Amino acid sequence: MNKQSNTYTILYSAIMVIVVGAVLALVSGALKPKQDENIRIEKMKQMLSAVHISPESDAMVIEAYNKYFTEAFSVNNAGEVVGDDADAAFAIDMAKELKKDAAERVLPVFKFVGDDSQVRYLMPVSGAGLWGPIWGYVAVESDGIAIYGAYFSHSGETPGLGAEIEKSAFQEQFQGKQLYKEGEFLPVEVMKAGQKPTSGADYVDAISGGTITSKGVQDMLRVCLTDYSAFLNTLSNENSK
Amino acid sequence: MATKIKEVFFNPFSKNNPVIVQVLGICSVLAVTAKLEPALVMGISVTAVLAFANVIISLIRNTIPTNIRIIVQLVVVATLVIIVDQVLKAYNYQVSKQLSVFIGLIITNCILMGRLEAFALGNKPWPAFLDGVGNGIGYAIILVVVGFFRELLGSGTLFGIQVVPQALYDLGYMNNGLMILPPMALITAACIIWVQRSHNKDLQEK
Repeated sequence: MNKQSNTYTILYSAIMVIVVGAVLALVSGALKPKQDENIRIEKMKQMLSAVHISPESDAMVIEAYNKYFTEAFSVNNAGEVVGDDADAAFAIDMAKELKKDAAERVLPVFKFVGDDSQVRYLMPVSGAGLWGPIWGYVAVESDGIAIYGAYFSHSGETPGLGAEIEKSAFQEQFQGKQLYKEGEFLPVEVMKAGQKPTSGADYVDAISGGTITSKGVQDMLRVCLTDYSAFLNTLSNENSK
Repeated sequence: MATKIKEVFFNPFSKNNPVIVQVLGICSVLAVTAKLEPALVMGISVTAVLAFANVIISLIRNTIPTNIRIIVQLVVVATLVIIVDQVLKAYNYQVSKQLSVFIGLIITNCILMGRLEAFALGNKPWPAFLDGVGNGIGYAIILVVVGFFRELLGSGTLFGIQVVPQALYDLGYMNNGLMILPPMALITAACIIWVQRSHNKDLQEK
């Protein structure tokens, strides 16, 4: 067969594509369970980071997770518990929930019992930065008012600018901030250094040069925590009883 | 024949090193050498991709239609790179996160296309394999040397383990933050080129 002919070239590329496709599908199928496990461990690690625990190895991550996050359940945006299966709550993808109507969202809550046997609650948040998705976890005290810790991550923010939300210097600012002011729900705002929110809400300093990512963090907190506000209300009511 | 095979394998280490003599693949030298571990993993990844791509192209070299040979080379390299990426995600997730986009960018590494076009298309699989491994190692050596100096001077660690003793810090020694930044990778690579050329008369331009 003439190797320079069009038929040969087209046949050659067609066969090549089929072979390559089959090989890649095979590799992807074989490695998927292992990769999913890594992603699961990474998620646990991020959740532990929000409550100031950083295990050294992957095996210790699972151990620490099982030790500290004793319970998980899911609530709707009216604050009612709609599910008590911990695995189901862990599997919920916050970004997908946010695409649903507010009333239909299933919001996971993780109960954290620290070494000081204080009960705290961890909630995932998800939003958009400048270049792509950003997400994180916010842990609140058992009264549902004060933030105990926060963790944020991103998929592709600018290194040195927006990507700084990943750094502990930014995340540590959230500790002790309050989500309620005189009974009114006001999520923490992210403001340029020197500015204050007019609403009187608690605030943290934004990343300089990362304005849009910082705004993204603020919007993410506002949108996601508003969904949780009914649940947080029940927490603070129970607490004041 | 034996000496030719030897040359194919050993020349890329020093006399014809892809990074410091041919000055190819410099952008990944900038990007992944702030720490030693990602530098080493990147070196191994490139070596694996290059060796297998060379063998595959060499095996099918007589069947490839000339007018789409670059596309065929790209498809082979891209497939291997995706496999490497998937394997890293499964077995070394932390490093795969650090290397992120740079594993994918192995495809654009000039060393690969250069070796496929210049060597694999015209040689038998065994020499092609040795050429791939040789060039991969030649690339990895430079990455590791640059990574070694950048991590040691920039963070005081090697493979993440503290090697600069605390006593030295107490005496006022400080990590050089500039070493972490990309420009120092170029300067370190340039120093290696300088040392190598001053030892190797053949490489000096008149």
